[in-house]
Amino acid sequence: MSTDKETSGTSANWLKSRRKFLADMARTACGVGLFGLAVGLYAEKSRALPPTALRPPGALPENDFLAACVRCGICVRDCPYDILKLATLGEEVATGTPYFTARTGPCEMCEDIPCIVNCPTGALDTGLKDIAKARMGLAVVVDHESCIAFQGLRCEICFNTCPVRGKAIKLEYRANKRSGKHALFVPVVYSGDCTGCGLCEKACILEAAAIKVLPIALARGALGHHYRLGWEQQGEAGRPLVTPDQEHRYNLPDGVHYEHSGRGLVVDEPAAPAPGAGDTPFSSNPLDTLNRGIGGAK
Amino acid sequence: MSLSRRDFIKANAVAAAAATAGVAVPAAPVLAAEDDTGIRWDKTACRFCGTGCSVLVGVKDGRVVATQGDPDAPVNRGLNCIKGYFLTKIMYGQDRLTKPLLRKKNGAFAKDGDFEEVSWDEAFTVMADKWKAALKAKGPTSVGMFGSGQWTLWEGYAASKLIKGGFRSNNLDPNARHCMASAVGAFMRAFGIDEPMGCYDDLEHADAFVLWGANMAEMHPILWSRLTNTRLTKPGCEVHVLSTFENRCFELADNGIVFVPQTDLAITNYIANYIIQNEAYNKDFVENHVNFNKTATDIGYGLRPEHPLEQKAANPGKGKFEKVGFEEFARLVEPYTLDYTAELSGVPKDQLEKLARAYADPKKKVSSYWTMGFNQHSRGVWVNGNVYNIHLLMGKISEPGNGPFSLTGQPSACGTAREVGTFAHRLPADLVVGKDAHRAFAEKTWKLPEGTINPEVGFHAVLMHRKMKDGELNCYWQQCNNNMQAAANMNDESYPGWRNPDNFVTVSDPYPTVSAMAADLILPTAMWAEKEGAYGNAERRTQFWRQQVKAPGESRSDAWQTMEFAKYFTVEEVWPEELIAKMPEYRGKTLYDVLFANGQVDKFPYEGKIVDDRGNEYANDESEYFGYYVQKGLFEEYRLFNSAADIPKKGHEMAEFDAYHKNRGLRWPVINGKETLWRFRGGYDPHVEGDETVVRFYGNADGRANVIFAPYEPPAESPDDEFDLWLCTGRVLEHWHSGSMTRRVPELYRAVPDAVVYMNPKDARKRRLRDGSKVTVSTRRGELVTRVETRGRNRPPEGLVFVPWFDASRLVNKLTLDATDPLSKETDYKKCACKVEKA
Repeated sequence: MSTDKETSGTSANWLKSRRKFLADMARTACGVGLFGLAVGLYAEKSRALPPTALRPPGALPENDFLAACVRCGICVRDCPYDILKLATLGEEVATGTPYFTARTGPCEMCEDIPCIVNCPTGALDTGLKDIAKARMGLAVVVDHESCIAFQGLRCEICFNTCPVRGKAIKLEYRANKRSGKHALFVPVVYSGDCTGCGLCEKACILEAAAIKVLPIALARGALGHHYRLGWEQQGEAGRPLVTPDQEHRYNLPDGVHYEHSGRGLVVDEPAAPAPGAGDTPFSSNPLDTLNRGIGGAK
Repeated sequence: MSLSRRDFIKANAVAAAAATAGVAVPAAPVLAAEDDTGIRWDKTACRFCGTGCSVLVGVKDGRVVATQGDPDAPVNRGLNCIKGYFLTKIMYGQDRLTKPLLRKKNGAFAKDGDFEEVSWDEAFTVMADKWKAALKAKGPTSVGMFGSGQWTLWEGYAASKLIKGGFRSNNLDPNARHCMASAVGAFMRAFGIDEPMGCYDDLEHADAFVLWGANMAEMHPILWSRLTNTRLTKPGCEVHVLSTFENRCFELADNGIVFVPQTDLAITNYIANYIIQNEAYNKDFVENHVNFNKTATDIGYGLRPEHPLEQKAANPGKGKFEKVGFEEFARLVEPYTLDYTAELSGVPKDQLEKLARAYADPKKKVSSYWTMGFNQHSRGVWVNGNVYNIHLLMGKISEPGNGPFSLTGQPSACGTAREVGTFAHRLPADLVVGKDAHRAFAEKTWKLPEGTINPEVGFHAVLMHRKMKDGELNCYWQQCNNNMQAAANMNDESYPGWRNPDNFVTVSDPYPTVSAMAADLILPTAMWAEKEGAYGNAERRTQFWRQQVKAPGESRSDAWQTMEFAKYFTVEEVWPEELIAKMPEYRGKTLYDVLFANGQVDKFPYEGKIVDDRGNEYANDESEYFGYYVQKGLFEEYRLFNSAADIPKKGHEMAEFDAYHKNRGLRWPVINGKETLWRFRGGYDPHVEGDETVVRFYGNADGRANVIFAPYEPPAESPDDEFDLWLCTGRVLEHWHSGSMTRRVPELYRAVPDAVVYMNPKDARKRRLRDGSKVTVSTRRGELVTRVETRGRNRPPEGLVFVPWFDASRLVNKLTLDATDPLSKETDYKKCACKVEKA
């Protein structure tokens, strides 16, 4: 490329030393056994999928997937958005297997899941018909400090981008105690609905995404087997698991009441409007309204 | 252990997140600041919406290197939305224009030539020749300027002065015509004075919020954050949201109402009727502070007069209203029963009643907000007025938490578009060209001969395009906006006029926008922090900033361009002899001499630099060039319109120039240094004598506000068999207007790269479409190709689609109809008929 003498001299030297190096290498690595060992080690390493590489929708659990995938590349060919890649030699992903990277090319969640349809071996589960049921990974808000929503800035781009809208990522409203006047809109990911498509990670406007899609095994915590969340169990059952209390009664002054499972102590509104006012808050006697605000009237 | 609780929680959060992610945490403090030495921080107003967040701008080595939400600003207390977060990057797009560009062939201007770099002098010489030729051939109405609610105050003021006082043309209109002209019209009709009576503090004091066609969650993100906080922290607080499709505000709504387009007219009348039927109205207030009226009906749709709809209308364009009395008003709203309104609007009865009850409950403080859903409406003035009717019936107005509040889209829609008089019918401080006394006052203040200002209202925004197409408006100068992308019915009414060989079109812009590409001359323009500026936000807050950095290349601010262009005309070239004869001392002078070097604008010396209270030094390129403190001179002359002893209309008083550089804005009227939070009420408003029980709508001579009955009338175009869907257009949180700034921020572009068509999944399925399907959206006027979004943030009901307009590669205004409110002349961008087919 360059005609500069010094540069070409350097590259000539480099070529010479490279040749020597190769010769030395050949002499050293004289047996195929050593080569075999290297390939074996590489294969071992590749079996551990790096956390940034995500499998296409419907992929079997990683070990089963590696066993079933014949590296044909049909899914890559069928991806209409060209986001799937086949791992090449030297990558950390097992050579020839399909994967995508959320930050640069997330899954667009095609409704007809074309990447699965022609999978010849079932490495991608052709039984998956609803893309919303795909579990390619799980989005995690990994950095609450750099995520500007946690500071009260109005971003919410991950929430807005999420194709499983309002379910996989929800905004939790919190009062902003620092400003005292504003609210925080904090993104929270729900694993029951997150498909791991990665659209949120791609869209994250930070220089390094604060929300990242990770392989599910890495992303999930697990509640101890000895414990259940009571309100969730009750919700699943559709009724309390144990008979509720009888009605509670309290010693209370006039003008207040107590809601056992509601707001607790509540100061009652002033006397209810005259009977017959129906469901409007107004007196049935027009004079009450007409005279309102006029000096001396009640 | 010295670890504070906060640090402990923080450290744990990081460790937990890091453990989940399998990431090692660096030993150094996670939030260690970047090296900030040498950064000079100063305050500015955010470049984007009408909220008016204050932003601190950090400059190092002549470049904006960082910004932060201003923690001391009352509006935003340190916060920003995602656009404000990226302010640092808006001035540094790779395709900034740095030299004037003129269409040329063989070394001379040619309408069909290619753009070539020229000097400012050549640019203005060619442009001035065209303007002189037009003025000579057809008079002042053949030239015009299209400005902006994103202009700084003095840019708008200078333009108003040049076009109205110099060229004697009233063909000056801002893009605010597309934005809140309907709100202006309704304010003037009801109160005789423009702009909201309340302020943002209503957001903390209301018990109920009603959003009428305002997607505040995305369009006023920081205000929405305040509203949300009140909803979360105030017991009993309720939020009612009305829209023609589910938007992000519905996430918070206690009563989310999706109504059939245009039926908001009926819903507002139903509420008035409910209040009257239940005798809930505030009799004392109604008796003492309100006049009842009805407006002329069947007023057409602001289309060209030969359009069949205009031919059919009984009273096209008629805005007259007549007094009727309370009983007659009650009779007029009586047909708007719950049954009728529910049937017409498609809204369940219980939802309508819930809304009406919120207004009618005398114990509930109600704040109503609206933006484009109400303003971009073929009955925009009416429907704005209908909400005033409700508030006035209840007396829920002009006090903390109670009031109707028109939110503005642009950062200075109030400050510039409205207050300094850049509308075709206006002069500074609510004065109008149609009134002799107002013109006389303006002429006296501007030291111009009597009779200089044209008494005829100029061409409004939509009419300008029509007149360009018809060859009647021949010279058009657009500053600080992107009207080729923004104006409706681009194929039929915008582009033909711009490319009409009889016309010469100049566009001033920092970037090569759709408008710039359609122009004959492009002027590279300094933006935002590259000039000293001032904006007026929606709550009457006027905010100033200093020039922080130099503009790239030969870019110049709009103010510089307007003032410099004035040097290319002598009074003899633009004024008739009889006018000059009244002030012979102007003979031989340029418009610049008469308008700007007039002893007022050039009164304040410029010391070669601007110094703040901390000793920091700033450049001021306009003052450097013209040799005096330009911004101060323009502002102080403008103040003669709102604060001098003999002003024709009180109520817009402002503080002196220097005061605004010392604070984060003041809400006018500012009298004796005190700002005004709620207008028209004693105790709060210095123009009303007495305590807070006293109300006086002093914009009207009798001190009363006008309740004006306006009925439901159908929209200009509704879906039919062929074009079977409503098309609604609008914005998204991430992009500002036509995207000329935000689409140049890589992160925002990546987040929302293209405009999609938001569609109901059932409508998609009926057309055999899926999410992501490529489709053609078409109307009788044009088409565009985009992709279907059924899972997005906007959830239209069946029968309606929504397309945002930020995307220069998918111009939705090829599709929209240029029907306007016949009174405000504001286009209805929310309703026309379209179809969607697989592409």
